[in-house]
Amino acid sequence: MKKVIRMREMSDNQKGIIMKITTNGEMSRRMREMGLVHGTSILIMGRAPLKDPVAVKINDYTLTLRNNEADHIMVEVDA
Amino acid sequence: MKRTITIALSGNPNSGKTTLFNAITGARQHIANYPGVTVEKKSGKIIHKGHEILVVDLPGTYSLTAYSLEEIVTRDFLINERPDVVVDIVDASNLDRNLYLAVQFRELGVPLIIALNMMDMAERRGIKVDHRILSQLFKVPVIPMVARSNKGVHELLDAIIETSAEDRTWNAEIISYGSDIDHGISEIEEIIRGARDFDPRYPSKWLALKCLEGDDQILKFIQGKPEIQPKIEPICHKISKHIQSTLEEEPEAIIADHRYGYIAGITKKAVRRKIESRLNFSDQLDKILTNRILGPTIMMLILYGIYVFTFWGSEAPVEWFGCFFTWMKENVSSMIPEGNLQSLIVSGIIDGVGGVFGFIPVIMFMFFAIAILEDSGYMARMAYMLDRVLRWFGLHGNSVIALLVSGGISGGCAVPGVMATRTLRDPKERIATLLVVPFMNCGAKLPVFLMLIAAFFSENEARMMFLFTMISWVLALFAAKLLRATVLRGPKTPFVMELPPYRAPTIKGICIHTWERTWQYMKKAGTVILGISIILWAMMTFPRLNEQQARFYEDQRLNTQKTFLSLSNVNGIIPDLPTLNRFDELYDLYRQSIKDYGPVPETLMKNPLYPVFNTLFPDQDVGRTHDGVKKDLATVTDLYLEYRNTMNLISAQEQQAALKATIAGWIGQTLEGITRTIGFDYRTNIALVGGFAAKEIILSTLGTAYSLGEVAPEESGTLSSRLARDPDWNPLKAFVLILFTMLYVPCFVTVISIKKESSWRWALFSMGFNLILAYLVSFIIYQTGKTLGIGI
Repeated sequence: MKKVIRMREMSDNQKGIIMKITTNGEMSRRMREMGLVHGTSILIMGRAPLKDPVAVKINDYTLTLRNNEADHIMVEVDA
Repeated sequence: MKRTITIALSGNPNSGKTTLFNAITGARQHIANYPGVTVEKKSGKIIHKGHEILVVDLPGTYSLTAYSLEEIVTRDFLINERPDVVVDIVDASNLDRNLYLAVQFRELGVPLIIALNMMDMAERRGIKVDHRILSQLFKVPVIPMVARSNKGVHELLDAIIETSAEDRTWNAEIISYGSDIDHGISEIEEIIRGARDFDPRYPSKWLALKCLEGDDQILKFIQGKPEIQPKIEPICHKISKHIQSTLEEEPEAIIADHRYGYIAGITKKAVRRKIESRLNFSDQLDKILTNRILGPTIMMLILYGIYVFTFWGSEAPVEWFGCFFTWMKENVSSMIPEGNLQSLIVSGIIDGVGGVFGFIPVIMFMFFAIAILEDSGYMARMAYMLDRVLRWFGLHGNSVIALLVSGGISGGCAVPGVMATRTLRDPKERIATLLVVPFMNCGAKLPVFLMLIAAFFSENEARMMFLFTMISWVLALFAAKLLRATVLRGPKTPFVMELPPYRAPTIKGICIHTWERTWQYMKKAGTVILGISIILWAMMTFPRLNEQQARFYEDQRLNTQKTFLSLSNVNGIIPDLPTLNRFDELYDLYRQSIKDYGPVPETLMKNPLYPVFNTLFPDQDVGRTHDGVKKDLATVTDLYLEYRNTMNLISAQEQQAALKATIAGWIGQTLEGITRTIGFDYRTNIALVGGFAAKEIILSTLGTAYSLGEVAPEESGTLSSRLARDPDWNPLKAFVLILFTMLYVPCFVTVISIKKESSWRWALFSMGFNLILAYLVSFIIYQTGKTLGIGI
């Protein structure tokens, strides 16, 4: 079973596939050019000591996003 | 001579662009800023096979939208300067995202070469890229390389010469973005081509694409063309509406999707993965270095390490510079007779320039440490770990380095601190950081603090020092929050940031980094600082005492000498003025030698004048070392020391009067009306005015103003006990003066550095803002304390 959740809700070391970016303007542009696009598989690497930002592995590189940014990324994960 | 080939190096951050630039140009680099912005523009020239090649290093960027300063700079350079070849450095282990920029270069139509970098790293990760297939499908030359070890650089230069010899017209090659957008592009393109004022610098297809993407800069450009704007706008609007209703996305997102789709199609054929993506060495290391508990601990240790490295490491070279300038001052003083010229050269020029050069070792060591952090990839981890805390204050995780170097652990320097803000990319975060950096307790403020603490808070010195360190952090952070909520207000920039893989930094890379930053400081700061130090010197020197006043002190001195010589015990031994002068000279020499070579044996201490008598009367028996001099000489000694004291007092009073007569003195007295409300009299004011030249001057000027003569930091004890006894002074006043010194106008070397890193506007703002803040804080504390009777 699959379900779609926000990236913020994902737990450490969880895998998923990006389904949708629910923001537009500069933030979405920035996400796209950094490779956060529909269909990309991601892996949550961990979170900073204060639980924000979150580090995400995409293919062979790692990105960091703040939680309020991760809120805009819908990810399909195993239920 | 063949014409110079201009090439632009571009690519994603962390793709090895700087490494390649260093590999091509070596140390022959020229650094300037792009016009109007503080983005560095590095260039270098080389000769390859008889061709002169000018390499321009463009800022690292992920895309060619008009979103960040880096992107705008890159685009403007390409369109206005039209380089012969653009080399896009692509990280072979991250091909998909790196090619996103390459696709946009092709849309713009620039003559492109792809430098497929980090082939070794990709290989190790089990990624095999066939550069021939990539070149075939992408339709541009692809040169596989490892820039770190110079592999492929030669081949790249060959390819550059070959490509530059080809047809130079730009050929915008757009891909398909789906029928709706493709159709819109052709429509808009036709309109643009048909326009009379068609600007040939801009490829029409690209302009059309950018219109549909909603690119701010291009939309503004089109708005300036009333002939075509009314025709284009409805098309963009129509397509945008259509796409939003059918696909629920902005056209921009659809365009990006198609770019990625196109890239995926190519990499599917050109890239073979032998191993599934797995946790690599960097990821493993991150598990430790960004661990919830270990991460912050290690970070603290590293930060402390930088601090220790910067200041302890530079201690010796700073001292060498100091010795050199002291030596220069001594030489000049002995060559040029006393007077305005000597004073100008010694106190104005050498002190001023010496001050600037004294910072060089500190700056070098700091940039060396920062270069290691940056090149190794750790800097990004610091930003990641500290983001949650510093974001609240409107700062960036990397702001912490600037704050720390400026004196986060008592005793740093704001000049390298201001320069450390270069590592911040967002302009608002950078300016906020460099504005609050001067609040930290730099090494020059410490002697002032220590002197006042010793005078009024001697029971718990260490605790007071710690308290002031805390106060400076709190005030700096809250001032940043205030600035970010007012003058530097703005939407938070997206944080989405890359954590680059850890890499061992190369010595060459670090040295080049360190040197270029240090050199910039020397070159640009030097000239301005010389001018200002001369002005400040003049303010502290002129106008001099008028003839009548000068005569008054001269008369006092002559009278004292006469009185001393007329004493019955004295005149048998020191009969006339020339002998007395010789006596003074010898005594000064003796004092100097004690200063230079340490304390004399105890036997000599019994009579400080024994060596003087011995030299002056070589053929007389003046007594023996161990029990001092003969009795009659002992009486003279006491009288002489008393006479010297009086003479010193007269000189000190003269210096005090002279200081009061100068422009700085006049300012100090004029401001007394205002500064009374925070407890400062004109003497403190003069010291604070002088402190603008360098905070060290506050202490020495206070000494002069309290007629002690100039006070060196190691002799601050006398000033300290003097103030402690002064009825005008109390702990409250001392506390307020410490706070004021902490916060008020940064020293002018810092102001110039702020100007260098931002603009005159911000440099002047920093002076005004800090002064007002210092006054307000002091006012509140002083008035509260006075009302409640605390510390008075």
